[in-house]
Amino acid sequence: MTSHEHAAPVARRLLTPGVLMLLALVGAAMIFAIIRFAFGLSVATNLDQQHPWGIWIAIDVATGVALAAGGFTSAALVYVFNRNRFHSLVRPALLTAMLGYTFVGMGLMADLGRYYNIWHPALPSMWQGNSVLFEVGMCVMCYLTVLYIEFLPLVCERFIGDTGRPRLARLCARIDRVVRRTMFVFILAGVVLSCLHQSSLGHLMVIAPTKMHALWYTPLLGLLFLLSAAAVGFPMIIVESLWSSWSFSRQPEMHLLRELARFIPPLLGVYLAFIIGNMAVRETYGELRTVSPQTVCFGIEVAAGVVLPLVMLLMDRVRRSPRLLLTACLLIVFGVAFNRINVFLVAYQPPFAERAYFPSVGEIVVTTGLMAGLVLVYRVIVTYLPVLTPTSRSVAT
Amino acid sequence: MKSSANRRWFLKSLALAGAPVVCPTVEADETDGHESGATSSGTMGVLMDITQCVGCRKCEYACGQAAGFNVPPIETFDDRAVFENDRRPGPASYTVVNRYAAGESPERFVKVNCLHCNEPACASACLVGALQKTATGAVVYDPWKCMGCRYCMVACPFQIPAYEYDNAFTPQVRKCTMCADRIANGARVPACVEICPKECLIYGRRDELLALAHDRIRQHPDRYVEHIYGEHEAGGASWLYLSDRRFADLGFVAVPAAAPSHLTETLQHAVFKHWAPPACLYGLLGAIMWLSRRPDDEPKTSPAVPTMPPRLKGAVS
Ligand code: SF4
Ligand code: SF4
Ligand code: SF4
Repeated sequence: MTSHEHAAPVARRLLTPGVLMLLALVGAAMIFAIIRFAFGLSVATNLDQQHPWGIWIAIDVATGVALAAGGFTSAALVYVFNRNRFHSLVRPALLTAMLGYTFVGMGLMADLGRYYNIWHPALPSMWQGNSVLFEVGMCVMCYLTVLYIEFLPLVCERFIGDTGRPRLARLCARIDRVVRRTMFVFILAGVVLSCLHQSSLGHLMVIAPTKMHALWYTPLLGLLFLLSAAAVGFPMIIVESLWSSWSFSRQPEMHLLRELARFIPPLLGVYLAFIIGNMAVRETYGELRTVSPQTVCFGIEVAAGVVLPLVMLLMDRVRRSPRLLLTACLLIVFGVAFNRINVFLVAYQPPFAERAYFPSVGEIVVTTGLMAGLVLVYRVIVTYLPVLTPTSRSVAT
Repeated sequence: MKSSANRRWFLKSLALAGAPVVCPTVEADETDGHESGATSSGTMGVLMDITQCVGCRKCEYACGQAAGFNVPPIETFDDRAVFENDRRPGPASYTVVNRYAAGESPERFVKVNCLHCNEPACASACLVGALQKTATGAVVYDPWKCMGCRYCMVACPFQIPAYEYDNAFTPQVRKCTMCADRIANGARVPACVEICPKECLIYGRRDELLALAHDRIRQHPDRYVEHIYGEHEAGGASWLYLSDRRFADLGFVAVPAAAPSHLTETLQHAVFKHWAPPACLYGLLGAIMWLSRRPDDEPKTSPAVPTMPPRLKGAVS
């Protein structure tokens, strides 16, 4: 049963037109980042006294964390539930999670007014255990560390047996041995930490009951966040896998992805059940009778982002076709991303607001730049480190 | 000594309750510089009797002076044009006075500032404890701790904390401090209370202010609505308001009596009760990992796969 193909660096030219475009986006974001750090948030953003949070929190942080869920869901599937045939999907998911959280941190730095104090929650003298944000901060910090540790073996593998650099090779071998012996501790910790902060991210808005639209406000917001994160993990892995197969002109790993897609409907179904159950218990369905930006957004979020892909993925035909599978998975990714934007921005209706919040050019450019940067670094890392498993032939499982 | 002063002041309040004009500056014979802190059990607060306010905006001036803001000369505060639009406290003003006219009835003025909640949502939200409810009742801010995440602004149900978005390097959260520094330095009352010519602002122990307010309502049911804003809102606040009009018509937000911090703190403490839920989840996942292990399934060649040492069981429990 050791027929797993080895993950290997991708032998491809790095500077393609696509990469150049990504570089341009990152460059533009850097200009606006400089403006933000030199002249302050008022110059770079559309935030105001009523809208303290914009897309840097809703997208860069909240959506970023949700879409990095592939890391903990794949780790849970392969290592906790021992579905080893999906093993080749773990490394790309781990890399995405690691980069995702790193970029969450960078987005947060841009948003924090006193970014140089970002380490304060680590000081016991400032611990404030009543704060949900404290828990989010601590868990994210710990999880990021866990992700880096989980990633170490990939880096070590690159240098083990490197005869040109025997010292480095020996060091890597030693690190690799230690990390692999203790890896299960970190894998379990990673899953627990993920469950904790994915749900706490939802708890954040529970403190503002009078400002939140009834369609989204519920004390169960944390649970809904956790369920949606769990549901979006595999679709993210599928999207990434198909996307990298195409961009590296490889055969998509359909035999695996089709199998993986079978786990999605139950996860998505539980999420949908809780959305509906919550509406029924809190009797918020009446809100849907009126047409407002909020009700429209909620309708799109649930119909296009949850119900439609759920129905699609129940069909074998969809799971077999790369294109349809990609469509369904993209819909789920959209649904969860839109949910985070809705909860943090659309549902947030503060009193005394003079105008609605809409992101500034600077906010949008920085956000797209961060995404482009993530893709770029991903591209560079798979070029040099053994992350992706070549699949020109099908892998026996 | 302090409490006796309060009692005297309180009795005076009651005696004068028929004509609700109460000297806000208490007895002048108090020589102890620090007498106004909450040396007795109750926290301090301010009662604003909206029926007494003439909208002179002197409190805005005094507050700006006390807080060290760049304030224009006091004459400029006579300008009534500012009443055209409702204003909000901001990064350069801890308090503003708004006017509310309603047809025939006389115009009313409302001074807006932080209410210094008994269980402040802002302080519960702050992840580094930069906002704290002090023993005197004031909710104060420590910029050196603050990260500038602005979660406090999300959390405050009264939409009070303001942010210095213009400041690129050392932005602060700004809101009324109930003059905590001033009072620690010996002032007997907050700057806005001191300057108020109509004595519609009264500084004192919260429980006594509440008693006074209830007493006024009881004695003049025709003059006041039966609602003391701040008595129960969001778990109660140090700052209290008496009015002859519905608070909803005077720019006050309707806030339920439950403190918002209870909602999140209940969840938070349930998830972390004795660390049991995270530890149980860890143990459960560890058990599943152990039980679902198929020895022949372990690809020996692939790194990042946990090798399962025999001591796993002990380690995860
Ligand atoms: S009014 Fe707002 S800012 Fe003031 S103490 Fe209450 S929650 Fe905090
Ligand atoms: S902005 Fe500062 S005071 Fe407000 S919650 Fe964040 S760290 Fe605390
Ligand atoms: S109590 Fe002090 S800080 Fe608050 S409004 Fe009055 S003068 Fe300003």
